[in-house]
Amino acid sequence: MYRYNEIDRRMVTERVAQFRDQTSRHLAGELSEDEFRPLRLQNGLYVQRHAPMLRLAIPYGVLSSRQMRAFAGVTRTFDRGTGHFSTRQNLQLNWVSLEDAPEVLAELAKDDLHAIQTSGACIRNITTDPFAGVAPDEVSDPRPWAEILRQWSTFHPEFAYLPRKFKVAFSGGRDDAAFVRINDLGYQLARNADDELGFRVWVGGGLGRTPILAKVLREFLPWQDLLSYSEAILRTYNLHGRRDNKYKARIKILVHALGIEEFARQVEAEWAPLKDGPATLTEAEAARITEHFAAPDYENLPKFDTGFEFAKRHDREFAAWVARNVHEHRVPGYAAVTLSLKAAGQAPGDATAEQMDIVADLAERFGFAEIRTTVAQNLVLPDVKRSALFKLWQEVGAAGLATPNIGLLTDIVSCPGGDFCSLANAKSIPLAKAIQDRFSDRNQVADIGELKLNISGCVNACGHHHVGHIGILGVDKQGEEYFQITLGGAWGIEAALGKVIGPSLAAEEVPPAIERMVANYRVFRRPHERFIDTLKRVGPESFREAVYGNSSIHEYAKEATNG
Amino acid sequence: MAKLIKNRDIVEDNWKVLTLAANDTPETVKLPVGPLLVPLSVWRARRAELVRREWEQHDPLGVWLAPEDDPADIAADLDDFSVIAIHFPLAADGRGYSIATLLRTRFGYRGELRAFGDVGRDHLHYLHRVGFDAFVVKQPELAIASLDDFSEAYQAAANQPLPLFRRTLTA
Repeated sequence: MYRYNEIDRRMVTERVAQFRDQTSRHLAGELSEDEFRPLRLQNGLYVQRHAPMLRLAIPYGVLSSRQMRAFAGVTRTFDRGTGHFSTRQNLQLNWVSLEDAPEVLAELAKDDLHAIQTSGACIRNITTDPFAGVAPDEVSDPRPWAEILRQWSTFHPEFAYLPRKFKVAFSGGRDDAAFVRINDLGYQLARNADDELGFRVWVGGGLGRTPILAKVLREFLPWQDLLSYSEAILRTYNLHGRRDNKYKARIKILVHALGIEEFARQVEAEWAPLKDGPATLTEAEAARITEHFAAPDYENLPKFDTGFEFAKRHDREFAAWVARNVHEHRVPGYAAVTLSLKAAGQAPGDATAEQMDIVADLAERFGFAEIRTTVAQNLVLPDVKRSALFKLWQEVGAAGLATPNIGLLTDIVSCPGGDFCSLANAKSIPLAKAIQDRFSDRNQVADIGELKLNISGCVNACGHHHVGHIGILGVDKQGEEYFQITLGGAWGIEAALGKVIGPSLAAEEVPPAIERMVANYRVFRRPHERFIDTLKRVGPESFREAVYGNSSIHEYAKEATNG
Repeated sequence: MAKLIKNRDIVEDNWKVLTLAANDTPETVKLPVGPLLVPLSVWRARRAELVRREWEQHDPLGVWLAPEDDPADIAADLDDFSVIAIHFPLAADGRGYSIATLLRTRFGYRGELRAFGDVGRDHLHYLHRVGFDAFVVKQPELAIASLDDFSEAYQAAANQPLPLFRRTLTA
């Protein structure tokens, strides 16, 4: 992983000093709330329901054991002992006081951690595939490029006051585990006809109030042009994105209004004078950064480990965990392992300080002291020997992190919702728990198979409900909490936005509705057919009827026609 | 007289900023005496008169741009101005940062580039990096320290044409 040098470190400590000064001026009444707001947001500090929420950056979801321990330390000292791993691969603390925030950041700076640009109308923390560098089918490792863009976007003076937030993702492969299509800007590694490395560039994706999937801005961009081209995109957006209405200020609205061809023309015109200028990446710089992500000292191991195969055959619980939580690795004899933060009764993505410490230890003992966070709110140990999987499983189980549900219905992605967030219309965590309770039979959940369920507490869509196979959105109906259900969303390059199936439901109606939809799937499914594929094949009608029955559909149709 | 930060000094500001009231038009608005910053619309409507005024009365001339103004519109006129000012009606409106960048790096403007409006000390560092060298800011004596909030930067900008990776061979 990237190791800070003296300059990187100095920038972070200067940031802490700057923010400490800003906070004390605010507390002394010299800086009004309006003046302070954008400053604290660019340091990850929101004002929330109970206390400020502090969002700490995990650049492209990679952190060391040492850094995880630092997170555990501040979670214990300044929070109530639980952190939330978010859908942007970051860590959120919900109980940090404003007065303490500079101290938290000073503490974390010692381990090269920060909260720079985790919020605000600027370039946000960059995300990527949690299996970057270890996935067997990768075109190239996206982490060096994400790091290069992280450095470029950090304290970029021209792009700190954009029309709205700006999210960037890098994907290493042909598919899209990094969700480039729901980001403002996505770089997907690719090779051209001459086998040169570069990116397919996606722009204008995003969920929220107006969900839109990103479009291809450029089929191939040589890697040397990454920074100059990004500058052209950001400048075009900064000058021409709407600023009169914050709901229409994301780049997706600009791209949609101009059309992708005209937007591309403007970007190319802006880029022409920048191309081949000083921002052009050099071989030396690419090599310097790539070196930080060189493969660790893998042992030469056989592809199959007999002990592992034996344990898998003789322990069904272990086999169930392997089937869901253990992933192929490009190096023979190794595997990547997902630690589930979706145990029954646990708020999705939450981890206690003790669990963070345990994960830090496990990453050292079973890997190369490196941990990844995922967009689906879980943790990953990227380099585990197959021969050690059984032992690891036992320890992970003892820490409550071995729920064998990755990609299954109970691997619910959810925002923190109305329990914490002041934007939310509805409480997503109790609903997630109620659904997990309803599906507590692990064999049943395994039999249902891959089913992505996403919950957002409001239209800002932090829970990515639009791209869940089943999406649930909290809405407000005359002050009451209701939930709207969408069906048919999908992630990856084949991403699709789910469609609303009918009138919204009260919280207690949602788990039985999901149960009936799942039952309907089991009626119609063919052998080995996933929920989403059955839904595509038979259409949403029978699922809708499963939720509402016949009569209410007609009511809804009437309502929709009239209103 | 008001003060501003200019080239890291605190100096008297003797410039007037001409704004159009509701019943003014660019063609008819009265031009006060003294160093004057005119809006882009007035410059376009009365270019010859403004140049003559500067020449005959020795009143320095500048232009000020609003966030929606296109700096390309004055790219051919840069030599006519002693000052170009960019207005920030709201600190959150960051278009002025790109306008400044274009004036400095694309159109080659070398004269005074001034930020005014909703400009606070916490904006100075970035404003300085994109090419501003003059700042109309509250409490300039205190604010000036924020120019140096950071001692190094990764990316190129108007005040540093090379990115860090082209300045440090090994890091």
